[in-house]
Amino acid sequence: MSTYLPEYHPEQETEATARPLTYRFEPKDYVFRSITRSGGIIVLVVMAMVGIFLASNGISAINEVGLWKFLTTQNWAPESNDFGIAAVLWGTVQIALVALLVAMPLSLGTSLFITEVARGWVQRTLTSLIDLLAAVPSVVFGLWGAYMLQPNIVDFSKWISVWFGWIPMFQVEGVDPASPLRDTVPFTASTFIAGLVVAMMIVPIQTSIMTESFRRAPIGEREGAFALGATRWGMIRTVVLPFGQGGIIGGTMLGLGRALGETIAIYLIISPVFEIKFHILEKGANSIAAMIALKYSESNEFAMSALMAAGFALFIVTMLVNFTASAIIARSRSGAESEG
Amino acid sequence: MKMPSEPHTVAMTTLPDEAAGAGVHAGARAGQQSPEQSGTASQQLAVFDPADPFDAGSTFDPEATFDAGLEKRFSLAAQPAAGLEAENISAWFGERKVLDRVSLSMPAGTVTALIGPSGCGKSTFLRILNRMHEMVPSASLAGEVLLDGQDIYDPQQRITAARRNIGMVFQKANPFPAMSIYENTVAGLKLAGLKASRAEKDFLVEDSLRKASLWDEVKDRLHQPGGGLSGGQRQRLCIARSLAVSPRVLLMDEPCSALDPTSTRRVEETIESLRGEVTIVIVTHNMQQAARVSDTCAFFLAAQNTPGVIVEHGDTNAMFSDPRDQRTNDYVNGRFG
Repeated sequence: MSTYLPEYHPEQETEATARPLTYRFEPKDYVFRSITRSGGIIVLVVMAMVGIFLASNGISAINEVGLWKFLTTQNWAPESNDFGIAAVLWGTVQIALVALLVAMPLSLGTSLFITEVARGWVQRTLTSLIDLLAAVPSVVFGLWGAYMLQPNIVDFSKWISVWFGWIPMFQVEGVDPASPLRDTVPFTASTFIAGLVVAMMIVPIQTSIMTESFRRAPIGEREGAFALGATRWGMIRTVVLPFGQGGIIGGTMLGLGRALGETIAIYLIISPVFEIKFHILEKGANSIAAMIALKYSESNEFAMSALMAAGFALFIVTMLVNFTASAIIARSRSGAESEG
Repeated sequence: MKMPSEPHTVAMTTLPDEAAGAGVHAGARAGQQSPEQSGTASQQLAVFDPADPFDAGSTFDPEATFDAGLEKRFSLAAQPAAGLEAENISAWFGERKVLDRVSLSMPAGTVTALIGPSGCGKSTFLRILNRMHEMVPSASLAGEVLLDGQDIYDPQQRITAARRNIGMVFQKANPFPAMSIYENTVAGLKLAGLKASRAEKDFLVEDSLRKASLWDEVKDRLHQPGGGLSGGQRQRLCIARSLAVSPRVLLMDEPCSALDPTSTRRVEETIESLRGEVTIVIVTHNMQQAARVSDTCAFFLAAQNTPGVIVEHGDTNAMFSDPRDQRTNDYVNGRFG
């Protein structure tokens, strides 16, 4: 047996050209591809149809007052052609931001506890409890918020407004801090309380997405950190949090998307006002979804169209938030294994 | 073989006396209380209770936090190599016993190679030497690991201090991908919560990268991500990272198994240059590598369904040229494993 030395002619280098690659699928693959593809297409079509339906129904109302007035008017009185989403859109965003501010640290702490601290049955139980929290109907959260949370939280609201009332956001009109009477009515049905309830509702989604991304932090990097003598917090700070960054941002944004669309719980708690308010502790708040639920039953055809237009605005906002969220999750490292 | 500190006068390997060991240490697991559980409330020690599901492992020591200064906990100054002494190490994963009363002495400043077929417990043994074994939830162990005569599993000892003194390089290079080469090298400072001045860091980075023979290749791109290096460079970056916290012992778990021959040679040169400064323990499947780099050698073997033991250990030359056990002879000559 001897070896071979292939002949090689450098001058013939140009002779090689890339050939086109074609391939035939197995029949089974054809069936599988068509089924999955149609599934994907149906979802897109439904999504597009919702958007088109809202837009086509809402357009007549918007045309009536003009887009600019629709976006800037605070009042909602379709019967006198004086309506716009300025107040409700602001209220929606405000409630969602309060919810986010409360839910984000709560979810971050919970998911770090689940992935980095808890072990065994605590870890398992907590994970399923969080998932269970997501299954609680929002009307139940609304009832809990209105009849359990609100009577107990108003004193805290008052405390904030007494001590931090100098910050405009926490100001409450018509309350005398020196009064010995326990007057809590001005603190009920506020943006703050609605935001707290919504926070409870978005904690599960935020926690489960953050937990998932933390859990996938590579064991090699974790051990590398510990082998350098890292404290647990040091390891979390250098390995888990940078790795889970996408999950933290993405989960928070998904929670924001939910908070924006939340309807019935807010509807049960707030007392609707149609003005742009900055005082979050004060009675009176509003949101697009809650307004639609409130006005829907008493609307004629034109008022309905106005509500559709408001719904379309909400649709656009939540879509933008959700797309941003999924883009961030997809681009982050936690979506993929570490290279190498 | 180069002998930097104390040259062995008798080049001879040792066969552990199984019978004597069994008599003295039978029931080592039952009789000896596991160090994690032996702390009492009066000692004011928050000890890790493996059974506590609310806590995956806490090493908080309230007393030490108040009296120990930062420099006591961590020093930038290089420390001399320390001897490592494993005494009667047994290890379990759940109910399965993987190591049985393994004792090994790793003298200060020398290079010790752990060889043996896969699954014989040498990586487990290595991970026990810097308390990485206990990161596996079902893992348990018995015995003592003495660093300069001090048991690292002693309840008074902080786990972070043990790991800082006994660094580790893993089979798969694991630089922190979000950090630059510079940040990776001094990551140990941040992880330990230690502030260092820019000049101190600069010095430490150059010194550590030089020791890991990586400086010349990366000195112009210190602030580029550590993930962008080649496999061999990443591994040497991990070595530099370990050296930056001035460990007294460096453990290497098959550091070259994923590297090409050139990179392997560079890592071996690094080991060569560290001889005497740091005590090195290296697990390797590469017989030639063990013969090239180590002063002493230990051959691990686990027979079918039995825990791993050290069959023979001693001077590397003697292990390879004149082993006393037939199984060692077969293994080092490539007849099995």
